[in-house]
Amino acid sequence: MSADPVQNQGPAPRGEPIYAADGHELPDDVYKLYPSSHGVPVADWATDFDHADPEYNRNAHEIWDELRSKCPIAHTERYGGTWLPTKHEDVRAIAYDTENFTSRQVIVVNGRIDPAKSPIGQAPPITSDPPFHQMARKLLLSQFRPNKINPLEGDIREVCRQRLDDLGEIEPGETIIDAAAQYAQHIPPAVISRLLGFPPEDDDKFRYFIHNVLEEIDAPPEQKRAFAMEFDEYLDAQIEDHRQNPRDDLTTYLINAEIGGQPLPHEQVRGAILLLLIAGIDTTWSAIGASLWHLAQNPADVERLRKDPDVMIFALEEFLRAYAPVTMARLVAKDVEIGGCPMKEEDFVLLPFPAANRDEEFIENADKFIIDREVNRHSAFGLGIHRCLGSNLARLELRVAIEEFINRFPDFSLPPDGDQTQWSVGQIRGPRALPLRIG
Amino acid sequence: MRLQVNSELCQGHNRCMVLLPELIEADDEGYAVVLEDGSVPEELLHKAQLAVDNCPEFALTLEDD
Repeated sequence: MSADPVQNQGPAPRGEPIYAADGHELPDDVYKLYPSSHGVPVADWATDFDHADPEYNRNAHEIWDELRSKCPIAHTERYGGTWLPTKHEDVRAIAYDTENFTSRQVIVVNGRIDPAKSPIGQAPPITSDPPFHQMARKLLLSQFRPNKINPLEGDIREVCRQRLDDLGEIEPGETIIDAAAQYAQHIPPAVISRLLGFPPEDDDKFRYFIHNVLEEIDAPPEQKRAFAMEFDEYLDAQIEDHRQNPRDDLTTYLINAEIGGQPLPHEQVRGAILLLLIAGIDTTWSAIGASLWHLAQNPADVERLRKDPDVMIFALEEFLRAYAPVTMARLVAKDVEIGGCPMKEEDFVLLPFPAANRDEEFIENADKFIIDREVNRHSAFGLGIHRCLGSNLARLELRVAIEEFINRFPDFSLPPDGDQTQWSVGQIRGPRALPLRIG
Repeated sequence: MRLQVNSELCQGHNRCMVLLPELIEADDEGYAVVLEDGSVPEELLHKAQLAVDNCPEFALTLEDD
């Protein structure tokens, strides 16, 4: 964000919310909307942070380190009031506290979803609270357990090799590829579309949907509403097609699933698919991209992985620790004090698992990437009842994507004119453009 | 030494299963299950300790018989 001295008048004000009851047009299911602070430069990361400021993800490690040492729980008036803990201890405590924090909203935006949506939420089980959460999660856990996921390895390898073939002629020392746009971004959409039984040619659509959900945090309400309708229409058409033509995939599984002896209502089938699409794509491609960004700058790590493939069992976890892509969020369910901070009902709390993973009090040499780190209790996939249920699949995709890339290209680096990586905006951190020179 | 999984704490991260497939497997929902009585033979002690040290939920423990 450009620092415009005229605009830079201190922290963005929270402002009074607009309520749907006042007759204002709000997006569906949103009952309260706070004014946007889009474009207002961040005055101070401790008191006015904004995860939608492009500087945030670009400099995330430095920002978190500085906050952790000076102000471990930052606060901003933006988005109607939001907290940002950076110490492992605080992130952990909040992740486990399902009484004081609700998962009704897991993406920090200016609107608040109607509390009547609880405990199911828009995308069960990630937006669900106990006791419903457990029932919704149980349905999906069985589909993502290791012996369901491990057999996908061959298919994933094929997807990766095809993308590498599609890069075309490589002139060693000359060719620059975009490892995010031309490689990482294509792997998870291909995998998830196969699992859901969606048309493989819709991969571009998935990227468009996900960009709108995760990165257009500050879009105007009318734009958000139009987008939500478009997304729902797409999902409804896919579900209807599966109702007419049942097959062996996750969509058909969800259509046939039951909770308490009853089939899932259409909204819950759609919500669960929405979750799998949103959570399964951007997160994993970000992890692949960030890992390749690291390797491009650390040829010794590439060499170690190539010469000693057994080190991958530890390296995989270290990539996930050091470059964890996912920050979750909670809403404060009732006033509570955490780390001396008075969190008020309906405040947002970001849960930056990547920041927790880099807390020196939690793990030694937290700022160093140690490829064979043996003790690594990282929380890249979250902690507690909302642990990422696709973590087995994500790990498999990340491992295979790295293995295939370094086997094809033993030598790659950032371009000679420097790091041109573009980092994402919002709660999923990863490269959106990653130019690399193939050596 | 004996391995134990606290099933109240386990959230199915599956880190232990990857590090110690000889003694740990996943149930139908991906939660960890210790095979047989959890006794750890001498040659697997190091791997068992790794599994314990890598559980994000502190759900796995290694205790004296």
